[in-house]
Amino acid sequence: MFMHLAQTAKPKIETANKPLLNLSRRGFVGAGTGLALAVTLGACSQNKPETLAQAAAPIPDNSNIDIGPLVLISIAADGRTQITNPRSEMGQQVITTVAQMIADELDVPWDDLFIKQAVGDKKYGDQNTDGSTSVRNHFDRFRMAGASMRQMLTQAAANEWGVDISECTSELGVITHSSGKTLTYGDVSEAAGKLDVPAEDTVTLKTRSQWRYIGKDKPSYTISDVIRGKGTFGIDVRVPDMLYAVIARPPALFGKVKSLDDTAALAVPGVTQVVKMKEPEGEAPGFQQLGGVAVIATDTWAAIQGREALKIEWDAGPHKNYNSKTYAQELMATARQPGENKFKRGDVTKALSSAETMISADYYAAHLSQSPMEPPAATAQWTGDNVEIWACTQNPQAAQSTVAQICGVPDENVTVHVTLLGGGFGRKSKPDFVVEAALLAREVGKPVKVTWTREDDIKHGYFHSVSAQHMKGGLDKDGNVTAVLHRTVFPSINSTFGPSDQGSDFELSLGATDNPWNVPNMAVEVGKANSHIRIGWLRSVANVYHVFANQSFAAELAHAAGKDPKAFLMDIIGPDRIIDFSKDGVTYPNYGASLDEHPVDTKRLKAVLDKAATMAKWGRDVPKGHGLGIAVHRSFLAYVATAIEVAVDADGNISFPGIWSAVDAGTVVSPDNTKSQIEGGTLFGISNALYGEITATNGAVDQSNFPDWRVMRMAEAPHVFETHIMESEAPPAGVGEPGTPPAAPALANAIFAATGQRLRAMPLLGQNDRLDMSKVGEG
Amino acid sequence: MVQLTVNGKAQKIDIDPETPVLWVVREQLGLVGTKFGCGASLCGACTVHIDGEPVRSCVTPLSEAEGKDVTTIEGIAAPDGTLHAVQEAWIKHQVPQCGYCQSGQIMSAVALLKENANPSDEDIDSAMSGNVCRCGMYTRIKAAIKTAAKGA
Repeated sequence: MFMHLAQTAKPKIETANKPLLNLSRRGFVGAGTGLALAVTLGACSQNKPETLAQAAAPIPDNSNIDIGPLVLISIAADGRTQITNPRSEMGQQVITTVAQMIADELDVPWDDLFIKQAVGDKKYGDQNTDGSTSVRNHFDRFRMAGASMRQMLTQAAANEWGVDISECTSELGVITHSSGKTLTYGDVSEAAGKLDVPAEDTVTLKTRSQWRYIGKDKPSYTISDVIRGKGTFGIDVRVPDMLYAVIARPPALFGKVKSLDDTAALAVPGVTQVVKMKEPEGEAPGFQQLGGVAVIATDTWAAIQGREALKIEWDAGPHKNYNSKTYAQELMATARQPGENKFKRGDVTKALSSAETMISADYYAAHLSQSPMEPPAATAQWTGDNVEIWACTQNPQAAQSTVAQICGVPDENVTVHVTLLGGGFGRKSKPDFVVEAALLAREVGKPVKVTWTREDDIKHGYFHSVSAQHMKGGLDKDGNVTAVLHRTVFPSINSTFGPSDQGSDFELSLGATDNPWNVPNMAVEVGKANSHIRIGWLRSVANVYHVFANQSFAAELAHAAGKDPKAFLMDIIGPDRIIDFSKDGVTYPNYGASLDEHPVDTKRLKAVLDKAATMAKWGRDVPKGHGLGIAVHRSFLAYVATAIEVAVDADGNISFPGIWSAVDAGTVVSPDNTKSQIEGGTLFGISNALYGEITATNGAVDQSNFPDWRVMRMAEAPHVFETHIMESEAPPAGVGEPGTPPAAPALANAIFAATGQRLRAMPLLGQNDRLDMSKVGEG
Repeated sequence: MVQLTVNGKAQKIDIDPETPVLWVVREQLGLVGTKFGCGASLCGACTVHIDGEPVRSCVTPLSEAEGKDVTTIEGIAAPDGTLHAVQEAWIKHQVPQCGYCQSGQIMSAVALLKENANPSDEDIDSAMSGNVCRCGMYTRIKAAIKTAAKGA
């Protein structure tokens, strides 16, 4: 997710956000692609057979060119255009979106496009597919690549005709001279490849009205394969002569194998070998393998059976005393004590003591698991000191450098092919599973695929952090908010990469120190917390718990003030303005973006709030047992408000008659996909809020599979989900994550409206997956 | 040696007959469209049809498929490549995000529509709740099933 966090574990990656200006005389080179396996993604058109890519002559491949547009685009003599997608596809339709951005400026027919998936390589710039960055950080770069290439092709045609480029135009792969003569991109592609890449200031990007693909709905590039069962995910990779592995990992972090009896495992038909894994080093797990014992077999089922037959005695390791129940009490006790101030406006203590009404509330949110439907899986094959890897990774460059470091080979000896990802949600940013495959393949001397079972995924993840929060608010006699104190305590993601005993400023900026409320006295404090399991990022990260707390608390304040929660939210956000958090002592990271380009704009925040309320017909009479809740938040530069209607029956069963979201993500490249992301992000947030709880006993995670790690299913899904995209010409914002933060508080607020029961701990539902109706009315 | 038919093709498999059908189709036959999600009949990603009935292949031993017809996601379209109405509806509604669960979703939906050509919301909830979609595409799946029902 966060560049700065990832950098604690690996060297800074050079990002090539702009086409470089170096000259190249190499042009288009070499035919044939380096793809040994089915990672080729076929033709763009939905109607073309999958075999077209194989049947036609190979498109010239620029994989040894490292400059400007040539690294992303190549064009065959017959006009077929290959775009190399450097970002990982995990369901956000990034392949389609990247193609839209490049092909629009290149101006080629959509059906002539072929997409190749890039391997992990610094020459592709930032490939860390995280933080909802693929459009917002690369919109200019991808468009510039397409436009630069178009200019080079046009120049090549002008050269061939001996005319000035100003006399030539280009459209949909055809260059036309003012005299009427034409050449196709394919006709001049070889000549164009020998030209200099134009300086950026000589390249003109299209105006908005000229956009052909940006802002239009294009069908998903992968759907044609997916519905036929043909896409290649990490777990699907097959290499000749390969073996299959599963690993028994230490139940608690940094646990070790004390004794091993593998006799029975080796007797399982198909099991070929049992390998003790290299143990992780140092104090912090980082992206290292976890250790344990691997079972290698001729098929995955045999490996699973073999693992069950292992007899392992574990040394529990340094975190054997981690028990979630005790830990939660400690976190909450810390949250009730003053912490380190991270946001200071006015005098909160004084304002609270002089308030007409003071309310306080404690919130808790459990650890969560990303649990993508495809568990982690990677395949590795060594040839001498070189290793080729196929993996469902969100961050192929981190996979490359981590494997290189742990295996003791140079980065360039490690080739990471990126497959389709069966969901990521942050889990697949961490290449520990890739390292396991590389270590095992070297040890075994054959290609090895490591598959994580669901139990492995849930017990040995990089968990979303557990948190306790304490909020206090003061109201004057008219019900205006005079003071808000927000204390938050959670083990930091930084603990995964080094010493850390407190939530980081970056995590605080996700929903706590970015609080846009127009309240004269406000403070945010953070308390100490050590971690005992691997903490990692999960879709929208610390926003999940921070926004659950402060958007729930806003509704609690509204209730105390006797006001409508939506009108109260509008009031507390206050007048239209651009917020400068530096006045409150906060150096606001703004998701890595410039505050000039992406200011925090309360007008946009209120506009989505108003829109979601209108969509939900806020203020209408609802049937008995129903309630409407609403929440709004800006994250990953996008503004999202969500209104949820819940229906709670007499037994405490919850259903969702409707959910309405409004999103302002600035310029949107792919509208229907943006709606899909908001729908998915919202349901992900609701699923986690209702059911999500990872706990540990003696350092080991208690949950194991979908019955005890429950996720939302069809019957629990909303009957209606409507998303509205606000018209905007602002620069693009993220869309993958911003749907998630408002979901949990909107849900809790809706449950309060329906039942009078204020739920302040996630998961909101108890062990029986129903509301405890005996508490209804306690408020 | 276990004999069975997979997507219309006779197969002889030489493996421990207790091996789940999931791993047989994926690793012995190379039909990787059928997905592993939980290994415990909890998520539906591995759904295939055996003699037309939807089953969770991750807990169905090969021995139970002996002499039977197994259909996987790769066998749902017509032999000439014409897509099944459910597949067409999936495209129309742009259902998948990551797509990993969608083989199982489609197999469950095809089985549902074979039994019930005009399913209600409740019928869909009941037939599809064994299939988890972590991307949360349930409302699109439901809409696509209704579209496929109309076209069927």
